[in-house]
Amino acid sequence: MFFRSSNNGFVHPHASEITPQRVYQQRRAFMQHLATGAAGASLAAWASREAMAQGATARPGKLAPLPGKVSTVSGAAVMEKITAYQDASTYNNFYEFGTDKADPARNAHTLKTDPWAIDIEGLVKKPGRWDLADLLKLSPMEERIYRMRCVEGWSMVVPWVGYSLAELIRKVEPLGSAKYVSFQTLADPKTMPFVGSRVLDWPYEEGLRLDEAMHPLTLLCFGMYGEVLPKQNGAPVRLVVPWKYGFKNAKSLVKIRFTEQQPATAWNKAAANEYGFYSNVNPNVDHPRWSQATERRLGEDGLLSKKRKTLMFNGYEAQVASLYAGMDLRKNF
Amino acid sequence: MRAWLLRPHAKGVLALLCALPALWLLTGAFQDRLGPNPAEALIRGTGDWTLRALCLVLAVTPLRVITGTPALARFRRLLGLNVFAYATLHLLCYAWLDMGLELPDIAKDIAKRPFILVGFAATVMLLLLAATSFQRAQRWLGAKRWQQLHRAVYAVAVLAILHFYWMRAGKQDFAEVAVYAAVLGLLLGWRVWHARLKQARR
Repeated sequence: MFFRSSNNGFVHPHASEITPQRVYQQRRAFMQHLATGAAGASLAAWASREAMAQGATARPGKLAPLPGKVSTVSGAAVMEKITAYQDASTYNNFYEFGTDKADPARNAHTLKTDPWAIDIEGLVKKPGRWDLADLLKLSPMEERIYRMRCVEGWSMVVPWVGYSLAELIRKVEPLGSAKYVSFQTLADPKTMPFVGSRVLDWPYEEGLRLDEAMHPLTLLCFGMYGEVLPKQNGAPVRLVVPWKYGFKNAKSLVKIRFTEQQPATAWNKAAANEYGFYSNVNPNVDHPRWSQATERRLGEDGLLSKKRKTLMFNGYEAQVASLYAGMDLRKNF
Repeated sequence: MRAWLLRPHAKGVLALLCALPALWLLTGAFQDRLGPNPAEALIRGTGDWTLRALCLVLAVTPLRVITGTPALARFRRLLGLNVFAYATLHLLCYAWLDMGLELPDIAKDIAKRPFILVGFAATVMLLLLAATSFQRAQRWLGAKRWQQLHRAVYAVAVLAILHFYWMRAGKQDFAEVAVYAAVLGLLLGWRVWHARLKQARR
């Protein structure tokens, strides 16, 4: 007993007793399966209520429905309380519509999302223009319940609807020389009142390494809460990379470009010492002006409760840490 | 109007008016009226009202001189304490809602972040002024020294603007900062101009 090992000190469950994460997450799929009528009618009613309570099908009823089947991608269904739609759709950073969190919900109604297309450019075998209708049909919609951690120190849990960006990337066949992917947001001064303000260089650009872009968790997103995206949340199509700070999730995409060189990104250009290219959520690397060790979960943590600890890679360490093996994350922040 | 300013209850009415924004914010927190991030709304709201209170107290003397209303001087201490009250609320909201009242964390944060340090320094100066705002302190210090000490409010104004500027620098969004800087600059500029005028007349 003088020698400490992992077997003394605390009572540990046998490894065989721990429910594997995949199995644990299948509960939701099971609930929905029940709800769709495989079980008796009375049981189905109870189960559908249960599935709705989990957020899987609870629609706010504001926009056109965009259902998604439960995703089987590892880490794609966080078992945490989902942020209220009201909060997720009125507390936004979308500087093309103003810098206050309430501005986008007020101003984004001018955005025209129809017609819409994304241009695929650069080092791919099949460059070209993809109309939104074709993008919507490219792969089945999945619901992904992700944590969303803003670099400013607040977080949400959002049920997004979309499919892995990898599905689109595979269709356009990147060349061997393609190492990075850049994403460009629409910059239309006529419909976006703050394009032209000096806060950032417009259009808004973000970027990923190709292997990050190909990761199954990286989502090409068309909806949230079972409906199409509200304009202030980046309609009609945006990026969601759950293990990175929120600003990496470029909204209202009009261009995806494959490059050999690391692309310039909007916030990195604005303040290179504050916002790195990678911008992985990391509680150990502080922003120069504030700590990243903790965060406030909107709508859940009480006003006087302590902020919660921020998780490495926003809690997606098991899925994505291998992408950065051997890298100094302090240097590559 | 001038007669009313001399009424005993005028101060009480003014104190009540000064408390209204704080009451509005406080009830907002209970009624869930402050949006998705009430902590941020409270911290920013109390900060905004501190700046407004500062503009108000610094406007008293120019208004008194320009309009020839000596009665306004009655309200200077009340309005000065009002600045201190809002600054204290602002500091309390930051320390409690943002830092969970963890004193070591707060100390580290003040040392690490220049804009917090500047805001904290301004609040400490206001504390000094509030503590010496009573008649006994005035007598103890002597009129001249007391006046010199209380000119520190001009430094508070400069620090407050710097604090606000740095806080907004992240988004390079200086429109509101410019408004407060212009108002406070005008009020301080008037004092410089007025002092020179008085000197020239001598």
